[in-house]
Amino acid sequence: MSSAITKNLKIAFFSALLVLAVAYPVLGLKLTIVGIKLEVQGASSAALWAIAAGAIAMFFWQLFRSQLGTAWSHAPKLPRMPSQASDFLTQPSTQRWFILALVLVALSWPFFGSRGAVDIATLILIYVMLGLGLNIVIGLAGLLDLGYVGFYAVGAYSYALLSYYYGLGFWVCLPIAGLMAAFFGFILGFPVLRLRGDYLAIVTLGFGEIIRILLRNMTWLTGGPNGISNIDKPTLFGLSFERRAAEGMQTFHEFFGTAYQSINKVIFLYLIALLLVLITLFVINRLLRMPLGRAWEALREDEIACRALGMNPTVIKLSAFTLGATFAGFAGSFFAARQGLVTPESFTFIESATILAIVVLGGLGSQLGVILAAVVMILLPELMREFSEYRMLMFGALMVLMMIWRPQGLMPMQRPHLELKP
Amino acid sequence: MPDLYHYLQQLVNGLTVGSTYALIAIGYTMVYGIIGMINFAHGEVYMIGSYITFIVIAGLAMFGINSLPILMIAAFAGSIIVCSAYGYSIERVAYRPLRGGNRLIPLISAIGMSIFLQNLVLLSQDSKDKAIPNPLPGNFVFGESTMNGVVISYIQVLIFVVTFLVMVGLTLFISRSRLGRACRASAEDLKMANLLGINTNNIIALTFVIGAALAAVAAVLLGMQYGVINPHLGFLAGIKAFTAAVLGGIGSIPGAVLGGLVLGVAEAFGADIFGDQYKDVVAFSLLVLVLLFRPTGILGRPEVEKV
Repeated sequence: MSSAITKNLKIAFFSALLVLAVAYPVLGLKLTIVGIKLEVQGASSAALWAIAAGAIAMFFWQLFRSQLGTAWSHAPKLPRMPSQASDFLTQPSTQRWFILALVLVALSWPFFGSRGAVDIATLILIYVMLGLGLNIVIGLAGLLDLGYVGFYAVGAYSYALLSYYYGLGFWVCLPIAGLMAAFFGFILGFPVLRLRGDYLAIVTLGFGEIIRILLRNMTWLTGGPNGISNIDKPTLFGLSFERRAAEGMQTFHEFFGTAYQSINKVIFLYLIALLLVLITLFVINRLLRMPLGRAWEALREDEIACRALGMNPTVIKLSAFTLGATFAGFAGSFFAARQGLVTPESFTFIESATILAIVVLGGLGSQLGVILAAVVMILLPELMREFSEYRMLMFGALMVLMMIWRPQGLMPMQRPHLELKP
Repeated sequence: MPDLYHYLQQLVNGLTVGSTYALIAIGYTMVYGIIGMINFAHGEVYMIGSYITFIVIAGLAMFGINSLPILMIAAFAGSIIVCSAYGYSIERVAYRPLRGGNRLIPLISAIGMSIFLQNLVLLSQDSKDKAIPNPLPGNFVFGESTMNGVVISYIQVLIFVVTFLVMVGLTLFISRSRLGRACRASAEDLKMANLLGINTNNIIALTFVIGAALAAVAAVLLGMQYGVINPHLGFLAGIKAFTAAVLGGIGSIPGAVLGGLVLGVAEAFGADIFGDQYKDVVAFSLLVLVLLFRPTGILGRPEVEKV
């Protein structure tokens, strides 16, 4: 008994020391520039007390962990979702109805929401599109792509450059941007898709960085770090949503003889984003029922079995990769149109990580999950504006905690399957 | 022959940077070798190590201690201790609860941890660049003059010597000691090692600690070489080192060293030919090229796929 206590005491002491070693040097000391010299200053006493309190709490938690553990097991359990309900929620048919309901809400949203709400909803829709696209690559085909933002950048810059140099409109550029991104996906995918998962991860990550560095340094073409600004907004069959139309064009409010309202432009952009998301959803849903979609999922589950059945893994992977890139291209060109400005810094690794987090948070392969996760991931930082300094800190912590508590995602989807009952 | 000197100079610079990449890459490769996951937060551990180095050096300078050996030993000791603590804690908090599930899950957790640590440092220290004067000025000159010859600074010599010693120490540890043998056994087959009475949890924690300590050594060396740090430097250093590990064949320690050196030299020559801003493009293109012809890296063993 006494040896168990000494052991616990040792572990507790070690854990407390660990907390001190981790927290004190980074949080308790601050490098400050004084004149031309660098000096070390102690942090505020509140921070020091917090560190000490953390260490002491850790000490007692480790010391009495076994006792606390038994006490915890006697405590009333949180009500958990009954398994029937969770089974019902993860059925594909239920999720289809959910998606339909969400679409209805989305359609009525701009007529009730304020201007800011519609604007944020547009941003969410962009991420839904990106999430759905990456979901093909990671969730369905099981290819770990960490450079997805590269294709997003290709799409955005395709529209920006075509509009800047040739004055082409959004609707002409949208398919071109998609094709450009698909082309890049194809070119990159062709050599690297033979690689195993983790090699693929680093190559795609490198690709995303290469695209960003090239965009930043090819100043003669892309404007370098300043990017390209004053990109044209989309038009409705040639009707502009600006207050005054350019030469030879008509504005929306003149054509319909209504007063100019700036919110019309925001709503119009929102509706375009919604249209794009609906097209994406439709295409992916159709593909999933086609042999190609089945092949993606089969490949994710077992590559060797697929090969034994005579499927060509390279072609299947390449199709998933290219298609995922295409949707990123669409999303990118819409992003460029909405912002009116593209800079290389919009396409950093953090964006890739956010999209990846949306896909994984939603539950790999589940479309409803991706939509919900995009709403959560974009809305939460917007709501936490007051704590804007701590936003990314919380974002990182949330990613870790979600993986620990609910690794299967918010809303996983069951595959249609049959079980033998004993 | 000024050209020859020029290229030799690039080679020396490349090898210097490359050997520190190698130190960081070992951390990636050892962790990957044992549990098959990419420890994305490793670059941030390196970044924290360089902050500790600066805190120690600036702190001792405030007490008027200027003796170089004391500064160096204190910087190494402080940085290694704190980084090891970080390595251990990260494994404990963010990876251990997730072991044995889908391979994507620990990766996401690692990316989250990386974002968390970067912002923690960003908030507690600020985002400004911090600089210290070179504690070891001076250099050796081979050739006629500094303009027409090869210049090797004392710090570069220090980097070579320390890296070499650390590598020798690590090799001896892995190949001779009891714990090293346990590490190799765990890398071979984690479940079997567990059945044979090796506490694999401890071995995994140990690899994280060793990796973090090596990153700390690299942080001290590079911190003195460049003299400037900011909270964002971990990301690029991390992906460069990971590139080096993949280049050499992930899971293999000699591979990580070779990959680091190759990457460093390629970057130095690439920066020389295409300009400094395309250095990273050269590094990643090299990676793609090598993987095209040797999909498992330079020294990686081709993996046999089994049903």
